[in-house]
Amino acid sequence: MTSLSLKNVSKSYGAVEVLRDIDLEIEEGELIVFVGPSGCGKSTLLRMIAGLETITSGDLEIDGAVVNDYPPAQRGIAMVFQSYALYPHMTVYDNMAFALKLAGKPKDEIERAVRDAAATLQLDHLLDRLPKALSGGQRQRVAIGRAIVRDPKVFLFDEPLSNLDAALRVATRIEIAQLKESMPGSTMIYVTHDQVEAMTLASRIVVLHGGNVEQFGPPLELYERPANTFVAQFIGSPAMNLIDATVASAGQVTTVTMADGGHADAPIGSSESDIGSAIKLGVRPEDLSVTDSDDYLVKATVEIVEALGETTVVYFKSQNGRDPMIAKLPGIHKIERGSELRLIASPEKLHLFDESGRSFLYR
Amino acid sequence: MFTENPALLGFVTIVIGVGACLGYFYLSNLVLDTVIFPAKGSKAGRNINRANMVRPWLFLFPALFALTVYLAYPVFETLRLSLTDRSLDGAFVGMDNYRQMMNEAKFWEAVRNNMLWLIVVPAVSTAFGLLAAQLTDRIRWGNLAKSLIFMPMAISFVGASVIFKLIYDTRPADQNQIGVLNAVWLSFDGGLGSVLALQVLPSVLLLAFAGVVAYVAWLFVRDIVASGRDRSLWLMPLRLLVGVGGLWLIWVSLSGLGGLWFSEFPYGEPQTWLTVPMWNNFFLMIVLIWIQTGFAMVILSAALRGIPEETVEAAIVDGANPFQIFFKIKVPQIMGTIVVVWTTITLTVLKVFDIVFAMTNGQWETQVLANYMYDKLFRANDWGVGSASAIIIMLLVTPILIWNVYNARKEMR
Amino acid sequence: MASIAGKKSGLTWAVQLSVAALVLLWLFPTVGLFVSSFRSADQISSSGWWAALFPSEQSEVYRTADPDDTRVPDGDGFVVTGNIFEDAPRDILSWGVSSRDIAAFRPGETADMKDGEQLTLQPDGSYEWRGSADQLKGRGQRIFVTATVPPEFSLSNYETILFSGSGQDNMAKAFFNTLTVTIPATIIPIVIAAFAAYALAWMEFPGRALLIAAVVALLVVPLQLALIPLLRLHLEIGIGKGYLGVWLAHTAFGMPLAVYLLRNYMVGLPRDIIENAKVDGATDFQIFTRIILPLSFPALASFAIFQFLWTWNDLLVAKVFLIDSTGSTTVMTNQIVELLGTRGGNWEILATAAFVSIAVPLLVFFSLQRFLVRGLLAGSVK
Ligand SMILES: Nc1ncnc2c1ncn2[C@@H]1O[C@H](COP(=O)(O)OP(=O)(O)OP(=O)(O)O)[C@@H](O)[C@H]1O
Ligand SMILES: [Mg+2]
Repeated sequence: MTSLSLKNVSKSYGAVEVLRDIDLEIEEGELIVFVGPSGCGKSTLLRMIAGLETITSGDLEIDGAVVNDYPPAQRGIAMVFQSYALYPHMTVYDNMAFALKLAGKPKDEIERAVRDAAATLQLDHLLDRLPKALSGGQRQRVAIGRAIVRDPKVFLFDEPLSNLDAALRVATRIEIAQLKESMPGSTMIYVTHDQVEAMTLASRIVVLHGGNVEQFGPPLELYERPANTFVAQFIGSPAMNLIDATVASAGQVTTVTMADGGHADAPIGSSESDIGSAIKLGVRPEDLSVTDSDDYLVKATVEIVEALGETTVVYFKSQNGRDPMIAKLPGIHKIERGSELRLIASPEKLHLFDESGRSFLYR
Repeated sequence: MFTENPALLGFVTIVIGVGACLGYFYLSNLVLDTVIFPAKGSKAGRNINRANMVRPWLFLFPALFALTVYLAYPVFETLRLSLTDRSLDGAFVGMDNYRQMMNEAKFWEAVRNNMLWLIVVPAVSTAFGLLAAQLTDRIRWGNLAKSLIFMPMAISFVGASVIFKLIYDTRPADQNQIGVLNAVWLSFDGGLGSVLALQVLPSVLLLAFAGVVAYVAWLFVRDIVASGRDRSLWLMPLRLLVGVGGLWLIWVSLSGLGGLWFSEFPYGEPQTWLTVPMWNNFFLMIVLIWIQTGFAMVILSAALRGIPEETVEAAIVDGANPFQIFFKIKVPQIMGTIVVVWTTITLTVLKVFDIVFAMTNGQWETQVLANYMYDKLFRANDWGVGSASAIIIMLLVTPILIWNVYNARKEMR
Repeated sequence: MASIAGKKSGLTWAVQLSVAALVLLWLFPTVGLFVSSFRSADQISSSGWWAALFPSEQSEVYRTADPDDTRVPDGDGFVVTGNIFEDAPRDILSWGVSSRDIAAFRPGETADMKDGEQLTLQPDGSYEWRGSADQLKGRGQRIFVTATVPPEFSLSNYETILFSGSGQDNMAKAFFNTLTVTIPATIIPIVIAAFAAYALAWMEFPGRALLIAAVVALLVVPLQLALIPLLRLHLEIGIGKGYLGVWLAHTAFGMPLAVYLLRNYMVGLPRDIIENAKVDGATDFQIFTRIILPLSFPALASFAIFQFLWTWNDLLVAKVFLIDSTGSTTVMTNQIVELLGTRGGNWEILATAAFVSIAVPLLVFFSLQRFLVRGLLAGSVK
């Protein structure tokens, strides 16, 4: 069942359009993650769903009703802010009970809801404290607890973990995943620019870029079948290598050749009209391996070698001003700086993008 | 019944006043949300938005009402009154009131004294405040010292007037003096000590003052001379004004220097300080300086603390001595705050009324504009001239007003 | 700074001394008033207040006890004994029995007067006066004493000013009048300004920037301009001169600073908290009362102190809008100005009255200085 849908939603501040024709259908029980570079409009989109920003055009539906003009409290949503936004003058209990009190719920019901949420989040012993007497992680949990108490249809999280240190971030991330599991019926929308968070938490990911949705799909689909060069490079770390290539032959399998004499046969369909066109061949650093044979994909000169033990990351000299190519080889390798390596990848790990950056798979 | 007992009346007023305010805000919001634009039915969304367009004005209304009726409207009404004559049933008389005012010696005396106040009080208060801020920041009991210097801020102008009247008190020559100033004065006998304290020291101070004025004026005028660098034409009048004002101040201090050395001091005779023309103005100013220095100190001390420690440390490493650090590193960095303090005290000076009213009531050539205005309004019952003088005060305030608004708007962007 | 190597300690001492001098200079005037308020009229007019702090050398005249009642036969004459210092003993430096030579004897010596009449004064003030029946009669013998007198203070001036004084000398009524003016004039503007400040800080509406600029402009409009038009207005609509008028005037005159101060503070509150409250379902009214007001407490306190000091210390507004010809609603500042006119020389009354009027602000000042400073820093237009 559709829980939330955006239809042609746009947002402008005066003449500046920050979001353009966003279309999303979100099912009940999903955990959707918005990712994208800073300033791409993730927070704006989330705040429009929350009702904290007006929608310039288009419709926002929650549970089938258009809620464009509803104030936040009547949309059945709850939001967790990056800064936690705890009320500093209220105890943890009052913070969590605030919304219910405003809604005029009876006292015992409030008490029960707060205690239940506090138990879920192990906040029982902190209920009488003021926010300033809590640690960062505890504050974060109170903020989440405050959302749970309201039993909303949709949870909204705006970079909830970015104020925590690395270790706590991992722990809290796992907690959120467990929380989601314990509430299978609730829908969550989660903004982050951390792709690990996105990949681990999401049922589906929305990649935003410059006010547009670049791709909307499950995490592994984004990884394995990126729709365009932006998504290809945004998901995965280090980013996917993009190599200039020319289509040599088309068909079920496309053969491409590189300027340095390398070539590849990608099991990706193409048409006759593509022959001779300049394209990008995409290959992830972790999919590359070193070869001695003449049957290589590319060859490049080693610039820097980072031996991490578990993997060896090799940075190659950049050619004519492009991003340098990177290979991530498992295990320990002895590689000399300045030596020339031949690299190869298995055909099913190759990606092809036309001049406009679109993937051949989605044409 | 209430009117019999002011305390009860006050209490009832508080309850009614606060209750009415809160009630107004609560009920008007309630009416807006449930009656005018109910958030129900098919138009719920649109109604909520409409209610939210109206709501800010509900919140603002009482304040706006007070501001318009009690501050904005009077400005225009005073302007109108200044062009009419009460004795002629409020007939329009054009600039007559202003003309009449300009012909009065008392008015020009008030203007002259006000100018003197405007220069001396902000300058001395800011200087003392800066000194106190700098010194108290470096010692352990600095906070206590600050608090004591700041204390006069809480004292009313009237209270301060009484305090200083006691200091300036005069008794006949054959009695013990109970005013400190006369007691100190009588301890001078014309010997070497008196010469040092009453002639040499003031001369040095006057010369230093003239020097500082000359330097500041030069800083302003320099840019006119070195033409080409000066892009902002509109600053021209300001620069000229500062230049001329500076020259006048230098002249005043140099002639004061002459007075110090060529006039006879009436040693051994108790003085009625508040009746000595010209000097009495300074005795009145001391009261305001005493009050305002604490204000300047508090603000400037916060500004001094806001200076990045690294700049000071860099200067120490560069070999600057404490004076150089203070004048070349710290003062330039808090120049903005100094201007704020200066203008704030200037505003207070322009409105100064209580001190003059309580101590001399403008006699013995101590009149100032605010007291002149009060005199005209409530003693001579001449609303026309009174309003005209109020407009003069407003005109003097206007440059600061424009400057503040300009800055506030700049900051909000 | 203090830890920098090679710093001269001489300079530190110079700083300490200059600060001490500055503080004393600033404190001196108030202390003068304070000390004077505990001295009697005679004490004030006979010596400067600074002399009252230390034991002083004073010449006083005493009389022995009445000889007709207290003389006792002693040998062929009579003797009167007693002590000239009944309750307050002092250190006698010298004494005499004639106004021409008041320092003729030292304590313990015996003065020989005419015809064998003798008087001995001991250092502790006890005396022995001997003489014949003719000599020891009528009034007691005068004794001129030069002694060091310890500082002497009394609360009697306060008693006069607060309770027993009559007419202008009694400040009790003016004190309550001042309170009556001050408290509503402090509380009401806070409520009104807080709502307006919230709207200006956190609500979106056209013309907001313009309104803020207007508030900044009104911040410096001299209230002198408002006197005549408003007095006329008050008289026209029937408020006349009285408490209502002065409350309204103070409320309005304090409004620009209040709105400015509170808005600046509220703008600085975290946006997320307010938005979260919106998501939680709070209306603007609830956000204001449940979130903004509690969090703005420091700013509210700052303004309250300002407004309190300003209304308590005000003279002009009270004179114009409150005090009518009957004078029954006079406030302390006004009464002191009147005292200055009519009792300019009676320093015991003046000093005490002035001190009564500044005591409350000083109390507020010292207990709430923190908020005052904070408000000052936020309130001076940048
Ligand atoms: N009130 C506003 N007026 C004008 N432009 C705005 C406003 N708020 C946001 N923007 C612009 O909208 C764009 C999107 O902002 P948004 O906060 O949604 O970015 P974001 O994706 O959340 O970035 P980040 O990851 O840094 O939080 C930005 O370019 C921003 O400058
Ligand atoms: Mg964001």
